[in-house]
Amino acid sequence: MTRKKFSVFHLVNYFLLTLLIVICIIPILHVIALSFSQKIEAVAGHVGLIPVGFNLEAYRYVMEDSQFWTSLGVTLLRVVIGVPVNIFLVVMTAYPLSKSNSRFHARTVFSWFFVFTMLFSGGQIPLYMVISKLGMINSIWALTLPGAMNVSYMILMLNFFRGIPSEVEDAAIIDGASQIKVLFRVYLPMSLPSLATIILFATVANWNVWMDGYIYMNTPDKYPLQTYLATKLMESKNNVETLMTPEQLARMELVSEKTIEAAQIFLAALPIMCVYPFLQKYYIKGIVVGSVKG
Amino acid sequence: MQKIRANAAGSPRRLTIFKRELPLYVMLIPGVVFALVFNYLPMFGLVMAFQDFSPLRSFTGSEWIGLRNFQDMLALPTFWTVVRNTLFISVVKILLRLLVPLILALLLNEVLNNAFKRTAQTVFFLPYFLSWAVMGGVLRELFEYDGTVNAFLQSFGLEPVMFLGSNTWFPIIIIVSDVWKDMGYNMIIFLAAITNVDPALNESAALDGASRWQQIWHITLPTIRPIVVMLLVLSLGSVLSAGQEQIMLLYNPMVYESSDIIDTLVYRLGLVNHQWSLSAAVGMMKSVISFLLVVISYRIATKHFDYQVF
Repeated sequence: MTRKKFSVFHLVNYFLLTLLIVICIIPILHVIALSFSQKIEAVAGHVGLIPVGFNLEAYRYVMEDSQFWTSLGVTLLRVVIGVPVNIFLVVMTAYPLSKSNSRFHARTVFSWFFVFTMLFSGGQIPLYMVISKLGMINSIWALTLPGAMNVSYMILMLNFFRGIPSEVEDAAIIDGASQIKVLFRVYLPMSLPSLATIILFATVANWNVWMDGYIYMNTPDKYPLQTYLATKLMESKNNVETLMTPEQLARMELVSEKTIEAAQIFLAALPIMCVYPFLQKYYIKGIVVGSVKG
Repeated sequence: MQKIRANAAGSPRRLTIFKRELPLYVMLIPGVVFALVFNYLPMFGLVMAFQDFSPLRSFTGSEWIGLRNFQDMLALPTFWTVVRNTLFISVVKILLRLLVPLILALLLNEVLNNAFKRTAQTVFFLPYFLSWAVMGGVLRELFEYDGTVNAFLQSFGLEPVMFLGSNTWFPIIIIVSDVWKDMGYNMIIFLAAITNVDPALNESAALDGASRWQQIWHITLPTIRPIVVMLLVLSLGSVLSAGQEQIMLLYNPMVYESSDIIDTLVYRLGLVNHQWSLSAAVGMMKSVISFLLVVISYRIATKHFDYQVF
């Protein structure tokens, strides 16, 4: 009796999950298929999950678009500048705050100083004014500096550091090491996996965000890749009225964009999709630790 | 820090403590500077909500006009629609962001085949890594007028639907796609929590003749209930943020009625129309109410779930 119930239960479970997996993966496969298809077939809605009239025309078009490469360059630059600044600030701040109150008497005050920035914010407009007054509009600094002191990552790092017994610090201090040496020579080497997790968080975040590029950059040649993609989408979306009338739909320029858009979408997601399966476990670790505390 | 230094000078013991801890203070300097410039300065910048602010006259030269911006805010014809949209979209998102991952985690936990489990987890978690620009592109391919879903409908002889221009469909697409994108995150948290369930409990329940469903209902769910409730409480603070990065990509004037939210309104008022003070006032209302909600939620979380911010 129980055996039978078991098998029905598992059957339903596997069925449901398989269905969900298919629903989740189909849209992404469909866009990939579109990008490799013939324009006419794509517009006619003949493309399902397998490219129809396989060709690389859309990719050639994107590759020849100099704006694509410029934006890719901006994105790489923001990762190369943004992530190290981010990690440096997070590590330098997390270390003192990971001490107990008896080892760092101002710990509580400074902890609240940082946590308060998570509780209250000035909002988009005053931040825009500050960035504008600092002369950072249209520069890479507007993309890399404002979010660099990330308090969530800091709390995550702080909790990793707290796992290291304080005897380790004492021993190093007795050996004559300064606090900064303790951090960089002792604590950091001991928390490399955790550091990798935070670097990963910061890299993905820097790669993915599009709003800041849209707000702080005035000219498209300064847009990071995601902003470039987002503006492409919004441009064609703003022709929503034209999208609605069938006569306009027949317009060739609109028609020709479908496969190109698909190629742009796929290219913008490709690096993340390639590394994600291998880095997943670091991410999961970070999320689980972060959810337990902070 | 000034204060601490003054105190420290008062007593030799405190002075030694301060001297010993000095390197720790120094290490905090870069982080403190960044937080002051990019977090605290904008907070003080909120004074512009009480001014007739213009970037040329700046904060010091702009005229003070008291609460007139807030009166203008309440007089905006769309104000209450925007508040209603924000609350509706974010509340439904918050609930589904817990419910859907919870169900996924419960189902995945029952999977015996490890390869299948890993594949499923990877697929469910993938969209979390993709940007909204990418996801927005995928959604547009699916739901635009000449998109895939309409092609599908037409192949069955059905009329195409203007999904992205419909006040009925647009919020649904926004909510469902948001849950799809981020469900992997909470799923991971719940899966980790479920592994803490003592297997002996399930074994003895099975011996007593409890079915898998009964075991889930009476053993697994009660064990992870605290973390679900805690996440619910903590999401209270984001109730006025309904997802600007997502909505701005996909919305258009036709669906403002159902999907214009506080953040998109602030964006348009300020950065498009250059009504700086008015938009800062709307933003400030959001920040202040969010702050109160966060404080309340942290209070509840610390009191009932032993939650600690740091």
